[in-house]
Amino acid sequence: MIVAFSSTHDAMAFEDYCMRQGAEGRLIPLPKEISAGCGLAWSAPPADRVHVEELLRAAGITPQHLRELEV
Amino acid sequence: MIYLDNAATTMMKPPGVVSAVTEALTSLGNASRGAHEGALESNRVIYRTRKKLASFFGCPKSEQVIYTNNSTEALNIAISGTLREGDHVITTVLEHNSVLRPLYRASEGRGVALSIVPADKKGCVDYEDFARLIRPETKAIVCTHASNLTGNLLDIRRIGEIARAKGLLMIVDASQTAGSVPIDMVRSGISILCFTGHKSLMGPQGTGGLLINGDIEIEPFKVGGTGVQSYLTAQPREYPTRLEAGTLNGHGIAGLSAALDFIEETGLEKIHAHELGLAMQFYEAVSAIPEVRVYGDFSASDRCPIVTLNIGELDSALVSDELSYSYGIAVRAGAHCAPLMHKALGTEKQGAVRFSFGYFNTAADADAAASAVRQIAEVLL
Repeated sequence: MIVAFSSTHDAMAFEDYCMRQGAEGRLIPLPKEISAGCGLAWSAPPADRVHVEELLRAAGITPQHLRELEV
Repeated sequence: MIYLDNAATTMMKPPGVVSAVTEALTSLGNASRGAHEGALESNRVIYRTRKKLASFFGCPKSEQVIYTNNSTEALNIAISGTLREGDHVITTVLEHNSVLRPLYRASEGRGVALSIVPADKKGCVDYEDFARLIRPETKAIVCTHASNLTGNLLDIRRIGEIARAKGLLMIVDASQTAGSVPIDMVRSGISILCFTGHKSLMGPQGTGGLLINGDIEIEPFKVGGTGVQSYLTAQPREYPTRLEAGTLNGHGIAGLSAALDFIEETGLEKIHAHELGLAMQFYEAVSAIPEVRVYGDFSASDRCPIVTLNIGELDSALVSDELSYSYGIAVRAGAHCAPLMHKALGTEKQGAVRFSFGYFNTAADADAAASAVRQIAEVLL
């Protein structure tokens, strides 16, 4: 489960929120399947899609992409 | 050394600032340049400090906290990024050259019309002048929160109300007040607040920024590497990236973060009361010396901890050198990059000697400085 953000600030805000919630996942380099040209993405287990969507809503962050990828 | 040049920079920093910078120098990578732990940790420090700054200054959105090297850079971005040909802008004679020179450049190079609110002999403005100078094409009021020469505060809430009533941008230079005087951007109607980290905030030099309140489009002053959207030919439009091309000063920002923690733990009111108490103690002592002229308005209920004076007709540079060489007291003489304020006070040629107090100064420092001024007046006049 990969979440791409519209800004680095959103990526850091989401990491901060997930750390405080104890949610599983970590920041990784933005995969080329989503976008070329650097940046950060949030990687979480594939089964966590619903949970990740809930976390994003609770953190007030609109993702640029939310996709299941093999990375 | 008795350091009384805190309006230029605070030389004594909280211990936590020193240790935070030292730790950052050996542990932080380059924020937004990669996803390894060093880069991420730098990103985290920068993100958390944005949140602290937004909270400290009452900025509604932390992504609209933009880091710069100092107030000058922030003011250049704010002024050049918002004013267009045909716009009119209002400023004051209290301003530092960090406001005046970007405005003069906009005026001479871009056809931006400029009006300047005057000040009286005490360095005070008539607030009605702001409203009187507004024209249909007025875009912004750009003003300092406090004169770096006299220490007089401007009532930014009152100016903010005038700006808000006419739909103008209100750009504030908080160089002398950030970290010493409470500021709430929303309550004071501030559109863009520019600050430096190394003065009253007690952080490292090379830190500062601007905070944006509301949907304000600021065109970038510089463009370049951002670590994101690298194949775009233009600078990304999202804040803060839009205005932050190039590597950020992560090490300095780590120190600024520790400085904000110190201020929060100590209490802004306690810090301001201590600094102002020392300034008033010094003022009471030197204003009793017949040869001494003190500039500024000391009848106001609040001000910055600055006392600026001259001794007779003595060259201010000579007085500051005597204070430094014979007494070990560090102050600032000359023009203080505030040419219009000196003209208003009639001190263009003589300059003036500025004593500025910080949180780590003591009553003994203020006493020693007043005693030195008295002795110089007796010996040299």
